[in-house]
Amino acid sequence: MWDYSEKVIDHYRNPRNVGKIDNADAIGEAGSLACGDSLKIYLKIKDGIVTDAKFQTFGCGSAVASSSILTEMIIGKSVEEVKKITNKDIADELGGLPPEKMHCSVMGYEALEDALKNFDNYTDLDDLRNEEANNQKKEKIVCTCFGVTENMIWDAIKINGLKTVEEVTNYTKAGGACGRCKGAIQDIINTYYKKEASESTLSPAQKILKINNIIENQVSPELRKDGGDITLVDIQDNKVLVKLRGKCSGCKNSHLTLKAFVETTLRDTVDKNIEVVEV
Amino acid sequence: MIYLDNNATTKVDPQVLEAMLPYFQEEYANPSSIYDFAKRSNHAVKEARGVIKDFFNAENEKEIIFTSCGSESANTAIRGVLNMNKNKRHIITTKVEHPCVLNLYSALEKEGYKVDYIGVNSNGELDLAQLESAINEDTALVSVMYANNETGVIFPIEKISQIIKSKNKETKFFVDAVQVTGKIPIDVQALGVDLMSISGHKFHAPKGIGALYVNSKTLITPLIIGGHQERGKRAGTENVPYIVGMARAAELATDNLKYEMTEVKRLRDKLEANILKNVFNARLNAGIVNRVPNTTNIGFEYIEGELILLHLSDLGICASSGSACTSGSLEPSHVLRAMNVPFTAIHGSIRFSLSKFTTEKEIDYVCEKMPSIINKLTNISPFQDELEALKRLKQNT
Repeated sequence: MWDYSEKVIDHYRNPRNVGKIDNADAIGEAGSLACGDSLKIYLKIKDGIVTDAKFQTFGCGSAVASSSILTEMIIGKSVEEVKKITNKDIADELGGLPPEKMHCSVMGYEALEDALKNFDNYTDLDDLRNEEANNQKKEKIVCTCFGVTENMIWDAIKINGLKTVEEVTNYTKAGGACGRCKGAIQDIINTYYKKEASESTLSPAQKILKINNIIENQVSPELRKDGGDITLVDIQDNKVLVKLRGKCSGCKNSHLTLKAFVETTLRDTVDKNIEVVEV
Repeated sequence: MIYLDNNATTKVDPQVLEAMLPYFQEEYANPSSIYDFAKRSNHAVKEARGVIKDFFNAENEKEIIFTSCGSESANTAIRGVLNMNKNKRHIITTKVEHPCVLNLYSALEKEGYKVDYIGVNSNGELDLAQLESAINEDTALVSVMYANNETGVIFPIEKISQIIKSKNKETKFFVDAVQVTGKIPIDVQALGVDLMSISGHKFHAPKGIGALYVNSKTLITPLIIGGHQERGKRAGTENVPYIVGMARAAELATDNLKYEMTEVKRLRDKLEANILKNVFNARLNAGIVNRVPNTTNIGFEYIEGELILLHLSDLGICASSGSACTSGSLEPSHVLRAMNVPFTAIHGSIRFSLSKFTTEKEIDYVCEKMPSIINKLTNISPFQDELEALKRLKQNT
């Protein structure tokens, strides 16, 4: 049996906002009957605000819970805010989902994306053309058993930091049936990380700016909460020289702060070879 | 709690537990030991072997091997036969076997064996013509389950045995009988099978004990190599209390057969007829063919099985969607797919399996609750138009 969170259980037992909205302003769909789960979401939008949302779901407990909580998450929010919601947000809001069930949250995200795509008026023709060209390329179906496209796999890797074929299967179902597309999924994973690596080769100036930015906007505010602070002194290749201030200077745990927090943050966001040194 | 998942496992019968208890702390001797103290446990294993021999209606006790479970029995049978027939590289089985057997065959395919998988029709019946034409000179083994765990459909074992012998006398016939024990009588001699596996926990013995029948004309190699136990066919100290327990369970199952085939069947039929009548989107998976008396598999169109199970569980009702082994996978049941169950119903298929402990009151409760649960869930479904059409169709017929 699945180890569902209290919230998942509550939402499949008593799903909120079930049904259909007549004259909805946006309708989105994801999944299909053949693949075992499918979701339809109806939105009422007024002055850029989602005023009502309803859903109909064919799927397991976590699929119903994902849809139900999604409607709660978006009612009262602006379209711009709603656009930022990812499958991870849905899963987090539910208090987590078993890895094999993450595709349910992905389905919620896809239905929402579909609804908003139908709602938005693309006035800029160039945008529209680019969108279409992109869609055509990425709408290529990779997993024919479950009808999972390259785009869907790409997004799932990006949002959830997936690294293996098995993880991609858990999140998107792709490769979960006959398994013929596992090679293709591996290729997408490889391409994604190759692209990510090449994008992360910043010019020296870009790198300095980015490191400075992260220290000022992410690291420093955290340290200030504890009465400390940090300033960037210099950057020599991958060596980032910093000075700790306030309570941090002379603190017994300052080494830990530097390594576990400052260095990890910079490694995750800028370059995995970064070393932080106190001067 | 209402337990309707007896094809997954069963409750240990109190009489079985009672029979086992003395062999934990009193008669705990190793049956192979020489002193007098070991005589009782040695004798208990011998006696149990006699009971299991009768349970299979085997010719003699030497044809019975005690194992730890159904999977071990099946693995011993299949690998054992193939190892003794190294020059033959062809195997025939069915598309609807239990995963413990199917996964072994896919491993054997990687080892270079050719495996033919026989299909079933929409009633769940085997394609015997396909089976017959598949048997050739190179066929080492035919492996068919006695009854399917998901649908309860019984396969014509005696007929299959005749087909095999008429095509190739050297081909061995293994039958996975795990799902029929205690439900229908077993007679290996009348059926003409060479090897047959059973598992204790499917007929009110505990988990962790099984048996394999291997007739005296069939040679196998052991899967577990070590001591001389089980005449060298399965090493490891005999699990005396569990062997005694399974033998007691076999005796009880034999005594209970008539009740199973009349009373349990009556309750199963009542549950099935009631759901099919009162739930408009319910359909029977498997035709009204020869089935074990305790099992029914019903598909609910346009709703999903796990969601049904979760809502049943909230009412204390335990059932299963297909095989419990597949619950971790994303795939719908391989059995229902082989039967071409329509995709509108395949994801919403529920198996109810009863036992001698199931009461009329329990069945009445499930009958009463089922329509409202399904009604609640169909309201969430995005396929309202399709459901509406189904409802009209049902009202008109």
